[in-house]
Amino acid sequence: MPMTESFKVWFMEWYASIAQKFYGCFIEDERWRFLWDGLLVTLEVAFFAVIIGVVLGFLVAIVRASYDTSDFSGKATGWRRLGRGVFRVANWFCKLYLTVIRGTPVVVQLLIIYFVIFASFDVDKVLAAVIAFGVNSGAYVAEIVRSGIMSIDKGQMEAGRSLGFNYIQTMWYIIVPQAFKNILPALGNEFIVLLKETSVSGYIALGDLTKGGDIIRGRTFEALMPLFAVALIYLAVVMVLSAGVNKLERRLRSSDH
Amino acid sequence: MTTEALIRVEGLKKHFGSLKALDGIDLELRKGEVTVIIGPSGSGKSTLLRSLNLLERPTEGAIYFEGVNILDPKTNINLHRQRMGMVFQHFNLFPHMTILRNMTLAPMKLLHETPAAATEEAMRLLDRVGLQDRANAYPSQLSGGQKQRIAIVRALCMHPDVMLFDEPTSALDPEMVGEVLDVMQNLAREGMTMIVVTHEMGFAKEVANRVIFMDEGLIVEEGTPKEFFAHPQNARTRDFLSKVL
Repeated sequence: MPMTESFKVWFMEWYASIAQKFYGCFIEDERWRFLWDGLLVTLEVAFFAVIIGVVLGFLVAIVRASYDTSDFSGKATGWRRLGRGVFRVANWFCKLYLTVIRGTPVVVQLLIIYFVIFASFDVDKVLAAVIAFGVNSGAYVAEIVRSGIMSIDKGQMEAGRSLGFNYIQTMWYIIVPQAFKNILPALGNEFIVLLKETSVSGYIALGDLTKGGDIIRGRTFEALMPLFAVALIYLAVVMVLSAGVNKLERRLRSSDH
Repeated sequence: MTTEALIRVEGLKKHFGSLKALDGIDLELRKGEVTVIIGPSGSGKSTLLRSLNLLERPTEGAIYFEGVNILDPKTNINLHRQRMGMVFQHFNLFPHMTILRNMTLAPMKLLHETPAAATEEAMRLLDRVGLQDRANAYPSQLSGGQKQRIAIVRALCMHPDVMLFDEPTSALDPEMVGEVLDVMQNLAREGMTMIVVTHEMGFAKEVANRVIFMDEGLIVEEGTPKEFFAHPQNARTRDFLSKVL
């Protein structure tokens, strides 16, 4: 029939043009390498930034939560007084950090770290990105962890202390494990946000996944294919990440009956 | 019973802003003695108990425990807390750990007992309160009475010299009060020094060596349960007892 015949012709032409575009975007000159290498850079930056973010976040959160729950009544003398002073200053710096980082765009922070703070050093772009995204994420992780710590009943701290654990031990064995379980969904979400935020690394000409797709677009004048490919790869990574977080969440919840 | 003072409290005050929760408490507690503190809510009895292991930091005064002033900044309060077990109204078991882990964590981390020794001791104590079969359960799987019995033996795992009870039966359903009081009574019979803040007058009458009545941050009256309940001297004591008995 003519109808199917014309459809067949159209389909063949369409397929040929798609195949040709696909070839141009990914196969020719091994352009897929831009995406692959970019993905590796994205994962590298996100991975190390998450580590910095978590460590920084937990430290800041513990200082902030401890400060907010401390009893400053009564007289303090000698070392205790000095300790309180140091504690106040530490809390002030943590607050300043949270305000500045959460109050300014991550792109601006990235540009400042690479072009201002590291301007006079020949610093690796990956390292600059890791520091920028790690320091940025730390502020958000800190608030998540702080809310987790504050959500634990104060009787838990009292029970730990009454057994003879010191403050740090009680935090480590009793408060933080419970808080961690509560905040895991929020933390997982933060990791996903962080991974996607690294897509602005192109601002310091770092060849991440987004930049890789953009380079292909520039070379082939074809926008749809490389950008969709980039989006799909992000989606796939995020889905794997979410699945991992969900699995961990289920495992930790097995002690909740 | 010896006459040696295990805990001596001198001129203890705790002010929350303008509120005087404790307004000058003097007290001596001897080894092996069971002291019950009663009084209306807001009288400062829980604050007094919590001051003894510094969960509340007193504003003024001194607390000598085994001869050492625990309010001295040089005193290591964590070591002293190991010698004082505490049982809370809301149990405060660690929900992310099994019963066994709840009981063995502190002895293993703080007294450096081996896992085998800590487990053996925990199982022995669990057996005493009839909960050996729940060793691997989580706190949320237990009834209130069971949780409180676990909380008591968790504190005992540290081999304390004194046990503090902060309204241990107040959060329990009525039918579970008895099982917890039984455990406490047995503990008293074995010679444990105990300080109990409670509204259980029956327990005070039967188990206590001494009853203390507090009101408005002060000790109003104290005595043996016999004289205290039969012949209360103070008008406020009489008024309180007429309401609760």
